Amino acid sequence: MNVFAKLYYTLRKGVKAVQLYLVIAGPGIVVMVADNDAGGITTYAATGAKYGYNLIWFLILLIPVAYYVQEMTVRLGAVTKRGHAEAIFSGFGAFWGWFSLIDLMIVDWLTLVTEFVGMTSALEIFGIPGWLTVVLVILLLGTIVLNGRYWTWEKIALLFCALNLVYIPGAFMVHPSMHDIVHQGFIPNFPGGFDGQLFFFLMANIGTTIAPWMLFFQQSAVVDKGMLEKDIPWGKFDTWLGSVLTIIVAVFIVVVTGTVLRGVDIDSAAQASAQLQETHHWVGTFMAIGLFDAGLLGAICISLASSWAFGEIFGWAHSLNTNIKEAPWFYASYFITLVTAGAVVLIPGAPLVLITLFVQVIAVTLLPAALVFLILLLNDREHMGEYANSPLQNLIGGTIVMVIIVLSTLYGISVLFPSLFG
Amino acid sequence: MLRSFARIARKFRAINARYDTPRIRMSGSVRVSLLVLRVYLVLLVALLLYKFATLVGS
Repeated sequence: MNVFAKLYYTLRKGVKAVQLYLVIAGPGIVVMVADNDAGGITTYAATGAKYGYNLIWFLILLIPVAYYVQEMTVRLGAVTKRGHAEAIFSGFGAFWGWFSLIDLMIVDWLTLVTEFVGMTSALEIFGIPGWLTVVLVILLLGTIVLNGRYWTWEKIALLFCALNLVYIPGAFMVHPSMHDIVHQGFIPNFPGGFDGQLFFFLMANIGTTIAPWMLFFQQSAVVDKGMLEKDIPWGKFDTWLGSVLTIIVAVFIVVVTGTVLRGVDIDSAAQASAQLQETHHWVGTFMAIGLFDAGLLGAICISLASSWAFGEIFGWAHSLNTNIKEAPWFYASYFITLVTAGAVVLIPGAPLVLITLFVQVIAVTLLPAALVFLILLLNDREHMGEYANSPLQNLIGGTIVMVIIVLSTLYGISVLFPSLFG
Repeated sequence: MLRSFARIARKFRAINARYDTPRIRMSGSVRVSLLVLRVYLVLLVALLLYKFATLVGS
């Protein structure tokens, strides 16, 4: 009887823990999976096609990198109840605040354009014209945010996160060699030696794993969700789960293109989808669906990151728990960002490739600043109290931030001057 | 129109005034970090301008 009682108690405790997590779950998973946006999918597809399974080990290394950076925003948001933009204004003054806000506005808008590029090119594979995709996406995103509840928005976003797992069955359908995956992918190696091109790919993978909007988005989401200090452990777990999920998806994309498109030069994920369809119809279809979903998730988060930031600074009501009458400027900025970015894609002859390259360069100006501010804010013991960074967290976080700054800077420079790295 | 601009300008001035004093204690390490960040950004912007100038020149 005693054994059954203990078993029942353990089971109930487990169920309660899962229930509690499901309440807290959201910002971490959403931001991390949304990180696999249209640009990210292209990077992973190109990495697999170029180097096969050989860089899977590198992607796995990015799990702790993404986690340690993003978990700091959970602590900062839950303790200060401020979004990242407001935290920078308040912590470092108006100069750095305006710099971050304007930079964020530009980066987010340009990134949003690339998400629309991904979504329209994905649905063009199914014969849906670009204008219809743009209109449908704006209507869909409008419906999601205008329901007046953060909770509903978050659960719908989680549903789209689940759709991102569509790459996993696709990878099994191309019958990759498990032996090759384990031997080539899980043992650190630099295929063909460490040259300029490999360096470019490594930097591109880092660049797509940590983006400036992620810091702003997750911290604002934590605040809008109303997370408290006591929720931090679950918020961290949520972030950890999200970072594992995002890399799992990335690995499966690499497996698909590494198996079927090895040696093919990939310029976009849409091109990879179309080529996959020629030999593996359903895998290519899954890839296209995944690309659309990735763009949609990116658009959901990026447009919100900007609107939250504006609301924090301009003092507008800025919560998804408010309706359009209560927070007109919050929703106006959301729709203006969305509609203008969507419209750019429809302009005939718009310099979309230039915009894609420009995003990477401008992001380099914002990312180091946002990361440095993050570390400094997490060391503000007066306001963070027991949730301030410990010496070990500073060592890990500081090292990661330094490496990201150096590599993302080199990446930005290599985009500006392609001949520099061979 | 002019009134709208004046209202926007007032809003910006109010934001600047609200965040006039940084909340973070400006210790030596914070000052050095912000200085390095300024230098980094100036160099990066200089590189961007150089690239732009060479593109226009060609």
